[in-house]
Amino acid sequence: MELFTNQVLAGIATGAIYACMALAVVMIYQAIDHLNFAQGEMAMFSTFISWQLMQWGLSYWAAFIITLAFSFVAGIAIERILFKPLAKAPVLTNVAGFIALFAIINSSAGLIWDFTIKQYPTPFGSSPFLGSQLISTHQAGMIGVTVLLLLGLYFFFQYTRIGLAMRAAASVPESARLVGINTSWMIALGWGMATAIGSIAGMLIAPVVFLEPNMMGGVLIYGFAAAVLGGLSSPFGAVVGGFLVGIFENLAGTYIPGVGNELKLPIALALIISVLVVKPAGLFGRHIVKRV
Amino acid sequence: MTTLLNVKDLRAYYGQVQALHGLSFSLNEGSLTTLLGANGAGKTTTLRAICNMVRSTGGIEFDGKPLNNRSTESIVRFGIAHVPQGRGTFTTMTVEENLQLGAITRKDSAGIVSDIERMYAHFPVLKQRHTQQAGTLSGGEQQMLAVARALMLRPRLMLLDEPSFGLAPLVVRDLFGILGKINREDKVSILVVEQNAQLALELADQAYVIETGRIVMSGNAKDIANNEEIRKSYLGY
Repeated sequence: MELFTNQVLAGIATGAIYACMALAVVMIYQAIDHLNFAQGEMAMFSTFISWQLMQWGLSYWAAFIITLAFSFVAGIAIERILFKPLAKAPVLTNVAGFIALFAIINSSAGLIWDFTIKQYPTPFGSSPFLGSQLISTHQAGMIGVTVLLLLGLYFFFQYTRIGLAMRAAASVPESARLVGINTSWMIALGWGMATAIGSIAGMLIAPVVFLEPNMMGGVLIYGFAAAVLGGLSSPFGAVVGGFLVGIFENLAGTYIPGVGNELKLPIALALIISVLVVKPAGLFGRHIVKRV
Repeated sequence: MTTLLNVKDLRAYYGQVQALHGLSFSLNEGSLTTLLGANGAGKTTTLRAICNMVRSTGGIEFDGKPLNNRSTESIVRFGIAHVPQGRGTFTTMTVEENLQLGAITRKDSAGIVSDIERMYAHFPVLKQRHTQQAGTLSGGEQQMLAVARALMLRPRLMLLDEPSFGLAPLVVRDLFGILGKINREDKVSILVVEQNAQLALELADQAYVIETGRIVMSGNAKDIANNEEIRKSYLGY
């Protein structure tokens, strides 16, 4: 039973990261109807930035905040330079754009910081949390930061005017323009926020997976699985999906014979396929109530 | 009387297809003007061209200032509220959020709060449903919401695209009564596009008739309504 609790809690901790990645993917998907394959690489690059800042002597939290700001601006810049011109282009052109972005960021990171694996610090430490063997302080920190982030986002989208405008622009762009919302900038803002959210995921997971240019590959696939499971049209679903995928991954690795660590990733992919077959809209996919 | 909206030689295109062929008309401050015409005559295109939602050439002046080449969202800031065909409801959001969106360009939060209350007084049904998803409202209620959302801008000019579409006759009467009241009491100029010519002519003071992208008739609404020949050949009643 302790093993089970332990695995569930560890699953919630990594699930928090998947939830952040899924949320980042869904935010961009809502805005431009495309999956951002480079979301993981963007997060990886941000994490390197924070690492570099710490190498230069900044404290963890100073590096954290500066990285958030950098990621926000970088996300907006990527949208303005690369994807705004592609807004009316066919799907495949956009896919090519995302793959190019993926390759460019991955190689640049390798060029700047090389491909050796680096230690990444945790501000929470890795001792047992509150003396319990079930969960480490870093895992507790991952969950805590994610929960704060999610509450902040909920507040932002529900109770601020700019959040309202962003939701409006994503749901009915034409009507949004007719009430005076600059939908183009709302999309850019969405990119900035998604990139910042991704950078948080990167910085929180880096102490676990270690820092290197390919660190986010597996994480992004879990993030996609979470987004598909929850429903690509639902930010709430993406978050729930993230936690579910995290728990499921850990339990499958522990209890299904032969899965172990090696086969965890195929499980995420199997999950994506099963969800697409059985419930394409995902658990919380668009359920717009309409009067007939 | 001053001219609020002046449209000159307006031509609009959907890709290669030309939908408006040099259309000119004007609207006086405080008036309620209607654009009439059959399906496909270019009524909706005219409204869309005013808000730069379709490629067009020609002159569009609002209060003496040219609107051409301005983005749709910046035209709103002149005080032009457009209720599009199909009402443009934010269906996944609540009724109250829809009203707040109507005022999203305004900065006076106290004024917005009091205007929402004013809309609830105009349209009591919206108050009953203010926390409900807008998509669950009936057609008539959604049209009320669309008009209320447009009024939240405190517009100088309201563009309405077929407000009667899909509504029961009694509901249409109600709605047009409210539009007349808004025009008189709140001093909002209104340009309404309608297929229901009879009703629109009862409400409006000025009327224009469009056929295949051109104005073919204009004048006082009462005169047009009383002219049997025009009614029979252009308005079908």
